[in-house]
Amino acid sequence: MSGLFEIPSDLQNTYWGLVVLHLRLALVPVAAGLLVALPLAQLCVRLRWLYPPVLWVTTVLYAVPSLAFFVVLIDYTGQTETTVMIPLAVYSLVVFVPALVDGVRSVPQETMDAATAMGLGPLRRYLQVQLPIAAPAIIAGLRVATVSSISLVSVGMLIGNQGGLGNLLNDGMIYHQPRLIWLSVIGTAVLAIAADAALVVLRTVLTPWMPRGRSAARPAPAEARPEPAAPVLKDAAR
Amino acid sequence: MIRIDSVTKRYPDGTVAVDRLSLDIPDRAITVFVGPSGCGKTTTLRMINRMIEPSEGTILIDGKDILKEPVNTLRRSMGYVIQNAGLFQHRTIIDNIATVPRLLGWDKARARDRARELMGRVGLDPALAKRYPYQLSGGQQQRVGVARALAADPPVLLMDEPFSAVDPIVRKGLQDELLRIQDELGKTIVFVTHDIDEAVKIGTKVAVMRTGGRLAQFAPPAELLTDPADAFVEDFLGADRGIRRLSFFPAAGLPLLTTPVVAVDATAEQIAARATPDVPYLLVTGLDGRPLGWGEPHTLTAGRIDPARLIGHGRPFEHATESLRAALDCAVLSPTGWAVAVGADGRVTGVVSQQTVAEAIRSAHAAAPADEKAAR
Repeated sequence: MSGLFEIPSDLQNTYWGLVVLHLRLALVPVAAGLLVALPLAQLCVRLRWLYPPVLWVTTVLYAVPSLAFFVVLIDYTGQTETTVMIPLAVYSLVVFVPALVDGVRSVPQETMDAATAMGLGPLRRYLQVQLPIAAPAIIAGLRVATVSSISLVSVGMLIGNQGGLGNLLNDGMIYHQPRLIWLSVIGTAVLAIAADAALVVLRTVLTPWMPRGRSAARPAPAEARPEPAAPVLKDAAR
Repeated sequence: MIRIDSVTKRYPDGTVAVDRLSLDIPDRAITVFVGPSGCGKTTTLRMINRMIEPSEGTILIDGKDILKEPVNTLRRSMGYVIQNAGLFQHRTIIDNIATVPRLLGWDKARARDRARELMGRVGLDPALAKRYPYQLSGGQQQRVGVARALAADPPVLLMDEPFSAVDPIVRKGLQDELLRIQDELGKTIVFVTHDIDEAVKIGTKVAVMRTGGRLAQFAPPAELLTDPADAFVEDFLGADRGIRRLSFFPAAGLPLLTTPVVAVDATAEQIAARATPDVPYLLVTGLDGRPLGWGEPHTLTAGRIDPARLIGHGRPFEHATESLRAALDCAVLSPTGWAVAVGADGRVTGVVSQQTVAEAIRSAHAAAPADEKAAR
């Protein structure tokens, strides 16, 4: 059984070590992308004219193949993890910027007006009202970005075994060992599914205030009016 | 007192939302801004808490220019209630209500105690404290909105069409509740609505605004109904302002007839004694004194009157607390043309004819100008 997960010594790692490496290579760029996207999206919300060009630029960047990024970046960052992570972070923007902009814009105007009128300044409004209410949209974006990042990491093998589980693909071909290719493909898929499931759980925990499933269909409790008879009599007296 | 002093709001595109508006909003009373859409009523309200800044003119609260105060301090000293409540959907009811106290630095326990107290005050079941807004009905959400606005006990309450989005029955309940809360708390309330009936019902003073942001009339509701300043106000008040104005005259002065009333177990002598030529019907009451219905004296069987064979008495009015409008309505709707007056306990205190109500209306109108000034 131990033989199943045995991998060639040239990778200088265990299978589980590669899994951890793969996750780091995939998730650090997603986190970095989110950190960049937060202020960028807020700018787009505040300055409406900025949103179309920003969207255009992120889409164009998404269309640049990762190999092309590597070619440019390798002069600066070498054959390192950073070279793999930068394009992944850039790609995540194409998901995060619209998710954040739409999420923040989905906050009802009344809610924002009420927040302003109660004396919440712009920062409080952003942190205490807009971001929490945008959380479902942000997490939806996070799921897409995370899954795509986990699958994209594998190309890192092209710049010298910087692709996490993707490194096994190369070895599988060199050593004619289909087992290694299966380990890579299935391992990557399982990671993606597990990460996605974790984010679904996170959303459920973070948004107890969302109407969901049956509870949304349940009729709200009847309007409780004290003294049900009194208002009828009082009407004309006013 | 909030003094609005020749305030104009002009937008960069040249639109004038509010045009040289001047009026004094009295303390501890409900001042209603009413008018068609685009008349600048909401803009005026929002200038009071600086969500919109005036282009010209000043707004003074107790003599102090609101522009001189830090904006968030000003806003935290004013409750704000909005259409659809504008609750924070991601926070529980109790945390929604505790928002401003928390902003003012109260500790969590104290803010929540205060929030629980307010839930009781606005008629919300304390069991709802841990619910989220989506689990509440529209009317309940609006009550939360009012409680949230009152949380830090601000002297001023700004209400922007707060009850427009709920159905008429719930709206009526909320209006009555607001009047009750106002009786207890005595806030300075500025209330915006497009519904003239709501304005007349809840306003101590009503400012009618016209398109273009100009003030058409600023007066107590009874005066508005009696003496509209111009054709616009008259038109805006609607066709039945004469009837509506009767709401401001108490029914307590109506002379009641107690003769044509018999109990359900009345003897033949009692029936004969109470039937007089000028009263064609007798009102039959149950043994508990509540009205059962009308009957012609010769159809009533002494000792065992059958309630099922009586003519319906319609809705009775409460003599001590209701208005001439209610009395007239009851008389008009009664199949016999006589209205039934009851006490607070529902027991019949007498009956009154349409003619008598009409006479009372005439004399009330004759005395009205002096009365209205005294009442305000």
